[in-house]
Amino acid sequence: MSKKFHVSTTVNGDPVEFLCDSRETVLDVLRDRLSLTGAKEGCGTGDCGACSITVDDRLVCACLMLGAEAEGKSIETVEGIAAGEDLHPLQKRFIEYAALQCGICTPGILVAAKNLLEKHPDPTEEQVRYWLAGNLCRCTGYDKIIRAVMDTAAEMREAS
Amino acid sequence: MQFHSPTSFAEAAKLAADAEGITRFLAGGTDVLVQLRADAVTPDTLIDIKQISGTHDITRRADGGWDLGVAVTGAEMTEHPDLSTDWPGLVEGMDLIGSTQIQGRATLTGNLCNGSPAADGVPGMVTAGVTVTVTGPDGDRVMPVEDIPAGPGRTTLAKGEVISAVHIPPRGAYGGDAYLRFIPRTEMDIAVVGCSVSLRRDGDVITEARVCLGAVAPTVVLVEDAAKALIGSALDEAALDALAAAAEAACNPINDKRGTIEFRTEVAGVLAKRAAKIAYDRAGGAK
Ligand code: FES
Ligand code: FES
Repeated sequence: MSKKFHVSTTVNGDPVEFLCDSRETVLDVLRDRLSLTGAKEGCGTGDCGACSITVDDRLVCACLMLGAEAEGKSIETVEGIAAGEDLHPLQKRFIEYAALQCGICTPGILVAAKNLLEKHPDPTEEQVRYWLAGNLCRCTGYDKIIRAVMDTAAEMREAS
Repeated sequence: MQFHSPTSFAEAAKLAADAEGITRFLAGGTDVLVQLRADAVTPDTLIDIKQISGTHDITRRADGGWDLGVAVTGAEMTEHPDLSTDWPGLVEGMDLIGSTQIQGRATLTGNLCNGSPAADGVPGMVTAGVTVTVTGPDGDRVMPVEDIPAGPGRTTLAKGEVISAVHIPPRGAYGGDAYLRFIPRTEMDIAVVGCSVSLRRDGDVITEARVCLGAVAPTVVLVEDAAKALIGSALDEAALDALAAAAEAACNPINDKRGTIEFRTEVAGVLAKRAAKIAYDRAGGAK
């Protein structure tokens, strides 16, 4: 029997404890132990960004971090973006602009875009494209995603 | 797989020295966990060094140089207000690695210890004259970065040895560095050739230089003849041509679909010239 790790962490503001095995990633833990299936496994090797989450406000791939490393950290996933039934402005724009089709990439892109706008409320298009370059989308062709992010940024600047 | 999170490097070194089978140290995990997932390298023991105090710190020393903790991420280096003013080439090499998500975890020390000849973070360390503290079962020693890589995926570190700190020299006056790489796409790819140049000027004349190539030999290579071609010159055409010739002569690349031997060799000369020009302008005060 391999040793299980007891990990205490915070997920979307809630204190969470879980047991995991040494090889399990944060993505495995979120999906299989905490039933938070928003973050997706596209590749498992850091290439696609479908598993994007933030850990202590830093954007990372959940597939490239072990569950055991999450001790004491604060994790945010796509499930924490909306306030109850109220969608985040990014989510509203994504729907309005049809910036998603199959939706596999969307949770990761929303998490990545929200993290961008928190750090850079007034990004250039080039900045948005570079920031999201690690989030692959096989459906939309990216343009609608970029426009949704740019327009949400403008909207949020006006609102603040 | 055993997983440990020691709180000192002495403890980390002891754990590694006593471990059986394959041991890996875990910093950002952007190579180690990919290799684990791909079943390419399945460690029996994984030692996370991020709980050790100081591993996340970027500190300016009294002499003007910098000490980096081994878990400092690429994003933290890029966001630091002064580090890239001193060493723009070193920071831009690290910044070229992977996506925003990868930058949130990847570390310079990890890039070095992964042992890839194409590591974008390493040539800039070599030309800056970076040294690392290596902690082992018998204590600490300091080594120049260029002595760490031993070949693709291999380092000269012995069992039980771990890099515990990174030391960047003071930049000093009229110095500049630059890193350039060639990739077939525009972003997020592995260097086909990389080149870093660091130099110092006295007026128009170059007084010190270091040139390092990546991805053209089994390890990154510090090219002394290329540095000699620059020193004493004002970066005139003759010096640039001598630089390119020395860079080409140092190449011993692989031949693959991403770049033939001829291509990699020629590009090494071209990048050396371009990086030298940028470093020269930066040393003269250009941003
Ligand atoms: S699943 Fe993590 S980057 Fe693709
Ligand atoms: S909407 Fe299908 S991958 Fe992006």
